[in-house]
Amino acid sequence: MIDWLIHFSEDLLKTCRDVAPITAIIIGFQVLVIRKPILHPMKTLLGFVNVLIGITFFMDGLKMALFPLGELMATQLTAPEFLGIPPNTTVADWRNYFWVYLFAGSIGFATTLAEPSLLAVAVKAEEISGGAIRAWGLRIAVSLGVSFGIALGAFRIVNGTELYFFIIGAYVIVIIQTILTPKLIVGLAYDSGGVTTSTVTVPLVTALGIGLATTVPGRNPLLDGFGLIAFASLFAVIAVLTYAQLAEWRNKKRHSSNKSPSN
Amino acid sequence: MFLRNNRFVRQIFSSFLDLAPILVVILVFQIAVIQQPIPDVLDLIFGSVFVILGLTFFMLGLEQSLFPIGESMAYAFAKKGSLFWLLIFSFCLGFGTTVAEPALIAVASEAANIAGKGNIIENSAEAKDSYALALRLTVAVSVGFAILLGVLRIIRGWPLHYLIISGYCIVIIMTPFAPAQIIGVAYDSGGVATSTITVPLVTALGVGLASSIKGRNPMTDGFGLISFASLSPIIFVLAFGIVS
Repeated sequence: MIDWLIHFSEDLLKTCRDVAPITAIIIGFQVLVIRKPILHPMKTLLGFVNVLIGITFFMDGLKMALFPLGELMATQLTAPEFLGIPPNTTVADWRNYFWVYLFAGSIGFATTLAEPSLLAVAVKAEEISGGAIRAWGLRIAVSLGVSFGIALGAFRIVNGTELYFFIIGAYVIVIIQTILTPKLIVGLAYDSGGVTTSTVTVPLVTALGIGLATTVPGRNPLLDGFGLIAFASLFAVIAVLTYAQLAEWRNKKRHSSNKSPSN
Repeated sequence: MFLRNNRFVRQIFSSFLDLAPILVVILVFQIAVIQQPIPDVLDLIFGSVFVILGLTFFMLGLEQSLFPIGESMAYAFAKKGSLFWLLIFSFCLGFGTTVAEPALIAVASEAANIAGKGNIIENSAEAKDSYALALRLTVAVSVGFAILLGVLRIIRGWPLHYLIISGYCIVIIMTPFAPAQIIGVAYDSGGVATSTITVPLVTALGVGLASSIKGRNPMTDGFGLISFASLSPIIFVLAFGIVS
């Protein structure tokens, strides 16, 4: 118990050190430039302490439970013995890696749902839109996008196609969708791409990418292990834009079917 | 007191729902697919309880501090009317949150290893350290610049999608000229630059600015800062790879 308390306070200190620059900037500007007292100093301070304790607990828990297990599973799943691949294969056949794609997709979906940054943005979006955008709907759309993105990224590592082509393809899809989507959601959609890949997803997904690039014959972990994060962000944007388009399309359809009987 | 307890309990329950999918995926794959017993069941249980507690505290603190801080600073700057200080603040906010970001430190040192092995730089600890530091500063400056540009966009009312699409085009044009080893790192650096503390602060700042300036809509104009912060590191790191 005492060991644990020492360990926890060390981690809390580390979190404080990480947020020190930002705290200094905020306090500095508040005191020197804005020169006005904060409205509810006690409540704000208490809330900030809550955030620090929250992040420390969160990271501690992840390091204790999810990261080791997730990394272990990534290695086990990508091991040639498990996938039934003869040890002397030199060219990877992408069809042998079915379980890897499935795992990549499911872990991408699940970790995104638990991402605190996405939670924060979703809460804000629901508040600003007056409930028109549901926090849950947005989070599920983003998670589906990340899930597809990471599964496709895993396929790319196995298949060995250039990262560049996929990224350009995804950019083109985003550009076309942007033109077609109601402009109200565009900012939120772009933001979703950035927030999906934060504290929970990055370590687990990186472990999967490096594990795959190490075991798949002909891949270099130094060159091919990266890129999954970029896939996750891009497909999150695509998913939110699609979600907005579907919602608009359904609204239009409802309007026209309401109209037609009266005509 | 009862109400607060009640809210706390509700938040714990919803945090549990947030974590549940990860547990389901891990358990199903471990038992049904890999068919191995779970090592350290006790760690898994305690760790999950910690994650749930952590999410709960974070969400409670979010509404009490990070959102109000970001918004009240946005209002104060809008009232003060000093564009210069607002832009300085935006740059510092982006730079300050990124330069100490643990995820970025990890990615930068990994990239330095790759560069060392790829003979882009000398394969010594010193050369790697200075390469990693330069990369970290590049990303931090790029995020600072991104928030600055994003805030300027909200004030001027420039449409977001033109800026983002031109950003994409720059990335596409630059990629063929960058060394192969840096491309994956560059694309991934966009994702790691947005931490748990930065996102709520920056979102609240953007939304607060958009709602305190006449003629701006918080929904269309308020969001977008994060997307700048995740696109501009890609461009800066690609440039870093081309130059060095």
